Amino acid sequence: MLELALKGTKKYWGLLVVLGGIAGVAFLTYLYQLQFGLGITGLSRDVSWGFYIAQFTFLVGVAAGGVMVVLPYYLHDYKAFGRITIMGEFLAVAALVMCLLFIMVDLGQPMRMLNVIFYPTPNSMLFYDMIVLNGYLFLNIVVGWNVLEAERNGTHYQSWLKPLIYLSIPWAISIHTVTAYLYCGLPGRGFWLTAILAPRFLASAFAAGPALLILLCLIVRRFTQFDPGREQIQSLAKIVTYAIIANVFFFLCEVFVAGYSQIPEHTDHLKYLFFGLHGKGVLVPYMWTSMGLMFGAIILLVIPATRRHEGVLAVSCVMVFIGAWIDKGLGLISGGFVPNPLHEVNEYMPTGAEVMITLGVWAVGFIVLTILYKIAVSVKEENAGVLRTRVVEE
Amino acid sequence: MERSRREFLKIAGVSAAIGLGTGPVIEAVAAATGHQAAPEAQVAHHPEALKATRWGMVVDTRKIESAEQIERMVEACHKEHNVPMLEEARHQIKWIWETHFHNAFPSQSTDRISEHLEHTLLPVMCNHCENPPCVRACPTKATFKRESDGIVMMDFHRCIGCRFCMAACPYGSRSFNFRDPRPFIAETNKAYPTRMKGVVEKCNFCVERLAVGKLPACVEVSEGILTFGDLNDPDSEVSQLLKENYAIRRKTNLGTGPSVYYIV
Amino acid sequence: MNDKGKIVTGLVIFAALVTFPFWYNLGKAAPPPEVVLTEKAKAAGECVMPKEEIRTEHMQLLDVWRDTQVRDGQTVYINAKGKAYTMSLSNTCLDCHSNYKDFCDRCHAYASTDPYCWDCHIDNPKEGE
Repeated sequence: MLELALKGTKKYWGLLVVLGGIAGVAFLTYLYQLQFGLGITGLSRDVSWGFYIAQFTFLVGVAAGGVMVVLPYYLHDYKAFGRITIMGEFLAVAALVMCLLFIMVDLGQPMRMLNVIFYPTPNSMLFYDMIVLNGYLFLNIVVGWNVLEAERNGTHYQSWLKPLIYLSIPWAISIHTVTAYLYCGLPGRGFWLTAILAPRFLASAFAAGPALLILLCLIVRRFTQFDPGREQIQSLAKIVTYAIIANVFFFLCEVFVAGYSQIPEHTDHLKYLFFGLHGKGVLVPYMWTSMGLMFGAIILLVIPATRRHEGVLAVSCVMVFIGAWIDKGLGLISGGFVPNPLHEVNEYMPTGAEVMITLGVWAVGFIVLTILYKIAVSVKEENAGVLRTRVVEE
Repeated sequence: MERSRREFLKIAGVSAAIGLGTGPVIEAVAAATGHQAAPEAQVAHHPEALKATRWGMVVDTRKIESAEQIERMVEACHKEHNVPMLEEARHQIKWIWETHFHNAFPSQSTDRISEHLEHTLLPVMCNHCENPPCVRACPTKATFKRESDGIVMMDFHRCIGCRFCMAACPYGSRSFNFRDPRPFIAETNKAYPTRMKGVVEKCNFCVERLAVGKLPACVEVSEGILTFGDLNDPDSEVSQLLKENYAIRRKTNLGTGPSVYYIV
Repeated sequence: MNDKGKIVTGLVIFAALVTFPFWYNLGKAAPPPEVVLTEKAKAAGECVMPKEEIRTEHMQLLDVWRDTQVRDGQTVYINAKGKAYTMSLSNTCLDCHSNYKDFCDRCHAYASTDPYCWDCHIDNPKEGE
């Protein structure tokens, strides 16, 4: 099927060239980071994880969100999603590629990366994260590719795939659970030390992942012959609606626990994020923007008329995606590190070089996504073409 | 070649795990790989090495009179371990440093604190916890607690620079080499290696000095403020001090079990 | 197949490129390196292990030294002859071989290996003085 990726329109190649260019510049920036060290980033002794790890965390969510089309189709036999499961799976593949790249660019000594395997350490959450992320990547490639190939050949997919498909569903939950465990098991980081972190991660994942999927469906419909379908998009919209409400609800639970108990170790981080602490609050405008976007999106998604209008839905999805991205990609990591364990406020903002490398990883992810979607859409178009000719012949 | 190397390492690993010396290992490897490399080669402790089952430190804050006293400790430590002086605050590396009581003990500070404590800076460093969260978090065992004496150590050779340990440490005791530290070391101590960029470092209770029978560098210049010894030995100076005085530890509510005590 | 010519040409070019290092260096075998011993090393007369063994096995020995020293805290190595050494690259090996450019690097360059021991271990104990 790979040959399908080699025959495309000018727009397809143009997109790949643009993304490739961004990735290229980012790669040069990364070489500079390799040579100089992580000092080219805004990270510090106090905020020792930043933009890279935040993107990683967010994208694990996007990857896990793909399961929201797989689960209804395979477990509930919701036929409509059969058309777009491949889009969920390939989105997960692209997101996971980005996740792994973000971990790599965040390492101080990336050439020693395999030490995680040479000295396996089952008490470290990163060890499990490595297993679940790679496992989920493998599952999605194998399942997605084979099911698509079967579809192309007009046959039923191989029976040995069925267990893998079922396995991929709890596995999707596991990737984001383990990612939350990276944070919520650390003593002395009051902001993360909460049992609801994993559920909250999952809720934001099931909002942001399907929101992106809706946007991708709309794009695919506009630029190709393949229509993912109105019903499919509307069903996804309902999933996004429930998930974003759950996400905001979980967040408000956090706010209540911190605010009502008034334990400084818990309130200080929220105060820093939303009001600033000791006169420092670089993230304050972002956090309120995030809240505004998520609440605004809830209103637009809950009202049936605005949800059913695809133009408004697209706007809502953009709002959900950006809102969740700020919440997880900026606030969550910085918020956990500020104030630091000695109760000092040392803020973090990514540097230009850091943003460039981040853009590069996103570009690589979108190259993977573009190629995989091109293949999937070509197969769908081919099949539709075959059907059409059959109809004509008959 | 590759096979023999792996065997070499594997056997060494096993013996380290069961607490044997590496002497017989080299012998075993020599036999296993079929060459006659030093059949009787052995390893041993330095005859004067200081030994304990749980090293600990007591900081007598009553004896601290000036910030210079602590600065002397910092200087001695950082010189001993080739800790660079970086101008950029973000990239600073600290093994031991001075801070206020309310920073060292954020949840134990009160509005009415003794005048002495309020105006005194305290030395803070790695607490060499009994139950260290950093060791739990490390994915490569690059940071580990030495079972023999409880020192929490770093193996700079193995660290991949993921900085999970920095997130896990509730005392902010760890620093990361955001760039090559070498140009920022004014005077290198040739007896101790420098670090390379991309690895984490922290106080090591001067294991390299203990191994040859010397007390930690900071203790030596502390004018009696710092006392170092075996917490498990009831007759040690630290145990005696703790018996006679009330001492606190940082963030005991987290269950980490710090080995550094502060007499207040 | 009308592409036969193109394929064969392509294959030939590919094979030529892949084997480039072999035929480029044909007949130009680099002479084996000659390491320079410092006066101190000459005076000592022997290394921790016999010359042939240390030459081929020093990396394994250093690996064991590293783990024993860093992780077990043992610092003394007693060789086959019963002579004791401190297990330290910086303080033992590089103390005698304080000329790493003319000693370590020569063989490493010849064998095309690039160990980064000197990123941390003080390369030349005399340099900073």
